[in-house]
Amino acid sequence: MSDTVIKVENISKQYRLGNVGLGTLSHDINRWYHTTIRRREDPYLKIGDTNDRSIKGESDYVWALKDINFEVMQGEVLGIIGRNGAGKSTLLKILSRTTTPTAGQIKIKGRVASLLEVGTGFHPELTGRENIFLNGAILGMTKKEIKNKFDEIVDFAGVERYVDTPVKRYSSGMYVRLAFAVAAHLEPEILIVDEVLAVGDAEFQKKALGKMKEVSEGQGRTVLFVSHNMEAVQNLCINALLLKDGQLIMMGDTGSVIGKYMAVYTNTKYSVHYNMDNAPGNSLVKLLSAAVQHPMMEQYQFFKNSDPIHFSFLFQLSCTGRMQLDITYHLVDERGILVYVGSTFWDYEESFSNGTISAKCIFPANILNAGTYTVSKLLVVQNKGNIIAQFTDVLSFEIVLEENKSFLGWQGKKEGVLKLESLPWHLKNNTL
Amino acid sequence: MNTTTKDTDTWDLVIEPRSKLLNLNLKEVWRYRDLLWLFVKRDFVAQYKQTILGPLWHFIQPIFTTLMFLFIFGKVANIPTDGIEAIPFYMSGIAIWNYFSACLTATSSTFVANAGIFGKVYFPRLVIPLSTVMSNMVKFGIQFLLLLAVMIYYGIKTGHFHFGISWLMIPVLVLMMAGMGLGLGIIISSLTIKYRDFTVLIGFTVQLLMYATPVAYPLSYLQGKSYAAWIAYNPLSPIVEGFRYALFGVGTVDTGGLLYSGAFIVVVVFAGMLIFSKVERSFMDTV
Repeated sequence: MSDTVIKVENISKQYRLGNVGLGTLSHDINRWYHTTIRRREDPYLKIGDTNDRSIKGESDYVWALKDINFEVMQGEVLGIIGRNGAGKSTLLKILSRTTTPTAGQIKIKGRVASLLEVGTGFHPELTGRENIFLNGAILGMTKKEIKNKFDEIVDFAGVERYVDTPVKRYSSGMYVRLAFAVAAHLEPEILIVDEVLAVGDAEFQKKALGKMKEVSEGQGRTVLFVSHNMEAVQNLCINALLLKDGQLIMMGDTGSVIGKYMAVYTNTKYSVHYNMDNAPGNSLVKLLSAAVQHPMMEQYQFFKNSDPIHFSFLFQLSCTGRMQLDITYHLVDERGILVYVGSTFWDYEESFSNGTISAKCIFPANILNAGTYTVSKLLVVQNKGNIIAQFTDVLSFEIVLEENKSFLGWQGKKEGVLKLESLPWHLKNNTL
Repeated sequence: MNTTTKDTDTWDLVIEPRSKLLNLNLKEVWRYRDLLWLFVKRDFVAQYKQTILGPLWHFIQPIFTTLMFLFIFGKVANIPTDGIEAIPFYMSGIAIWNYFSACLTATSSTFVANAGIFGKVYFPRLVIPLSTVMSNMVKFGIQFLLLLAVMIYYGIKTGHFHFGISWLMIPVLVLMMAGMGLGLGIIISSLTIKYRDFTVLIGFTVQLLMYATPVAYPLSYLQGKSYAAWIAYNPLSPIVEGFRYALFGVGTVDTGGLLYSGAFIVVVVFAGMLIFSKVERSFMDTV
């Protein structure tokens, strides 16, 4: 019977940017005046920008996290993904109590151990043995627990020969192995792990991942795992949540959250328009506009898999006489797989003269699976072989699964590049 | 997915923006006592790795300070030593004063010096200043042994050695000094998180404070002087004088003075704990 072990309610975290100095002193006094003397709200809590680090904001205060809500079940391995600065580490810091939220509440059942870094508190002058005890105690183990696990830890790290040597003499690999070994032998009900697998050689990483898997599967522990390594997240986690600019974008099965991550961070581009001056291309052909259009709607943010997709391109041709031309585009998915090459090459033989060329292509519904697709290449080809113009990454768009249409109880994205649900089958049962 | 959880569930831990005013969490400190002990050990062991003399350095520092005092205060300034042999007089003052100043300066940098660990893992932050006070107590113990040896030497030489019930006061006075250093130290450490000005302040204040405390001179020497009262207001004075009285049976100390110091320490420790527990939860954002 699974049970909620972590309940995050409306967690927000505000940070102040810039330097601490006289300015902060005046804010402090003002805040103190409002909250303590007048018993009002903190005036600085009402302001603050969303945390997009690349854009210069209005306020000195930003929300590293804003109104985060989620629950974690016992035994769940939850991956937390998002770009740098999305708020992952802030969330983990609050969960592991190294800082407090500005607003909201988190309720936790069971002992929490956090691994925001391996080897916290390692002292270079102390020996491996001394550091195992110290680091173990810092992570919340008692001396007795460490003693019981000592041989196992040394064995896991593979540093038996060096155990009585100061860790400053260790190679950096050995250091990390020892540090991870201590952490891996913690026995908390909830383990919080941040990117620690980005260290050590491939063999050790595999070992570490295996250990994490063992911890979660075999021992029924709850694990929160933050990583940029999508493969590791995919391998370890059943569910994942996606943060962007301090906000929770999506929580669900790992596959679809990773898909969403890719989609969110590859900017979708549904149409581009140029005027004659800045149009890309060459003296012969210029691209004036390109668009993916919804057949019915004017305003849309994505396509459903049941929508046909209209591609339209407009070129400017500057030539004398007539040219035989073909238009070709490449469609790739978020993993970079070339899904389809659309071209007039096989079925058309058209000639064009000076002026604009408009090309439209209707991509039928119910073929592509959910995901983010990019028109990675757009080519104009002369006489079935001579590329006279090439445009890259022209458009990008997203296709989502139609809601309430889960695949026989399977909640996630249907696997495979193509969706193509209804193919004709011929089934036959030959009975004796 | 079971998204409805009864609110009647019992939670082991609730993380909230603000804590209750009085949330000292001493129970949790006790749960981490192994860590406390390991920190004490680390402080002590790590300091003397790769040194030849090791803990002997604890002898050398007070010996040279004593010699310097003997020269400056004894020979140059000609200040009497309350009828006590000059060397044990200075040495006793230096031992107890060093303990206080070591506790104060070390605990006052608790947050800034340990930001690396504190930012990565949670444990009751109070463990760190407590371990500092305890490891300095070990160092004080070593200096005290040296002091005892010197006293025994002079005892044999002069045939007079004070040993009596007053010695029972020594542990009490040492604990008072520990409380004073800890209390003031954690108050300052809490203030330095945001404004580092206090780090600069503490450096020379401790130095100056020593001259306002009867370390290098006896309180009796000031009798009749107009500023004697100011030195007596210093809550450290009764402890230092009391320490000498306990050791040698000579000194200007009364119950009132000690009670005054004791009350001061209780207030400082309590206020320190309050401020400390308030800032420890989110100091990582400003440190």
